[in-house]
Amino acid sequence: MQEPSFLRDKLLPVGTIVLLLIAIWYVAVVFLNAPFERDTAGRAGTEISFSEIVRNTMAQERPVLPAPHQVIAEIWDTTFNKAITSKRSLVYHAWITLSATLLGFGIGAALGILLAVGIVHNRAMDRSLMPWVIASQTIPILAVAPMIIVVLNAVGISGLLPKALISTYLSFFPVVVGMVKGLRSPETIQLDLMHTYNASSAQTFWKLRWPSSMPYLFTSLKVAVAISLVGAIVGELPTGAVAGLGARLLAGSYYGQTVQIWAALFMAAALAAVLVMIVGFAHTAVLKRMGAKP
Amino acid sequence: MNLPVLAAAIIFWLAAWAFNEWLVRQNFQSAAANSAARFAVPVIFGITILVLWEGIVRGFQVPSVLLPAPSMIWQKLINSLPTLGADFRQTFLKAVLIGYALGCGLGFAVAILIDRSPFLQKGLLPLGNFVSALPVIGVAPIMVMWFGFDWQSKVAVVVIMTFFPMLVNTVAGLAAASHMERDLMRTYASSWWQTLVKLRLPAAWPFIFTALKINSTLALIGAIVAEFFGTPIVGMGFRISTEVGRMNVDMVWAEIAVAAVAGSAFYGVVALIERAVTFWHPSIRGGRA
Repeated sequence: MQEPSFLRDKLLPVGTIVLLLIAIWYVAVVFLNAPFERDTAGRAGTEISFSEIVRNTMAQERPVLPAPHQVIAEIWDTTFNKAITSKRSLVYHAWITLSATLLGFGIGAALGILLAVGIVHNRAMDRSLMPWVIASQTIPILAVAPMIIVVLNAVGISGLLPKALISTYLSFFPVVVGMVKGLRSPETIQLDLMHTYNASSAQTFWKLRWPSSMPYLFTSLKVAVAISLVGAIVGELPTGAVAGLGARLLAGSYYGQTVQIWAALFMAAALAAVLVMIVGFAHTAVLKRMGAKP
Repeated sequence: MNLPVLAAAIIFWLAAWAFNEWLVRQNFQSAAANSAARFAVPVIFGITILVLWEGIVRGFQVPSVLLPAPSMIWQKLINSLPTLGADFRQTFLKAVLIGYALGCGLGFAVAILIDRSPFLQKGLLPLGNFVSALPVIGVAPIMVMWFGFDWQSKVAVVVIMTFFPMLVNTVAGLAAASHMERDLMRTYASSWWQTLVKLRLPAAWPFIFTALKINSTLALIGAIVAEFFGTPIVGMGFRISTEVGRMNVDMVWAEIAVAAVAGSAFYGVVALIERAVTFWHPSIRGGRA
């Protein structure tokens, strides 16, 4: 058996696929945007050569599919060339979405952990709540998003909190399910040992159940943080919100600003990747502190 | 303030709670009674929530614009069955089912295609895992622009959302058969194709069904959210976003109830098929793995 190497097993295959995708993207750009160029040329009554089509399709104002470099230029422009407080800055919109995401994620994770502790320690709660928690995963919760926003707006609560509530709602369930599993993960033999030490249930909880639930907690936190970002973005759609990545998507789709949509999309993807990575780092740090072998 | 109603609801809540506490401590003689009790506890809890909801809305006379009572939602649901039915047809039967079949089928096919190339697997798997953490739903406006307002664009969104979970899980599932079993197939001189059909696919079913179950929820979410970006005047997402705008909150709740039932039923059907196909799996047989 060969030792796994970073270059051969990670960078090379992933890099090849990414390059391939970018190449396909460029071909698709020419293919999808060409009809518009032909139309324009036809209306002007001029012949257009293939090389001209290729050149023009890369730099359209409102292309069907913007070329990757256009998207990157747009991201660069709206990230670094605009003041952060300006409404045209992508950083500003990303921050609006991020703050709602983090607030919702925080509340959702805290609530989820509390509920999981309740479920593990109370049999009635376990039997009555768990089936509903699991069933609630099968319903399209995001459909509730517009209503929460509008109804809370009607009561006079607007801004950050309604969006955060949607994120809370979404991130809450994975945490409950993961934590219940985690808090139950100690084996009978370990629980028996705690029993022979005459440990109180609080001691058993803090010294055995809580530490052994950590891997489960972080795994579900990764899912939760990704889904709370989705919640915050969808939460920005229905109100015609003026700020946030979701609002950028919506405005872009109203005015046909495809480059803007793709830029917002890439920003959202980067945000999701960074959030998941941060939770991942916290995961390894906590496990290392607890003495786990890598 | 309508105190008697509120008091009745709270009394019902406390009684049901006490009854549940009592029920979970019982150990009935017969197995049937035990499983009935197991089933009854969550049902009682659900009914309690509805009663409490009704009681609070009536007790405090919450305006129906904010939160309609369950009875009112039920009324609305019964009265607007034709509209709800049309929405269901548009969103579920067209967008969700077609998109789900296409997305899962494509993911499965690609997983089989790259099965013989470890290089492609190493390249595609990290990307697939990465994409499943992204807010893929954001492609909805682009798809609406490309494929128009009708259900085709929703199908496209659903395909993109369901493709990657299926791909990642199928590849993982195809690797699930152990070396011993594969060696056995080799001693039988079975071809790659025979090994695939007789050993590796059956071993992969649990993974594939995990993806199918995840995707059943994702597909419905994708189709509904995609409709927020533009749609003809029918569809569940369209109904939700317009009725919210007109403050017909009871209609929104009725639509959400339909979506919830559709989502759970879809999931349930997939889970039932799973039980039939992977009858040998420890988690289904009820044995310990």
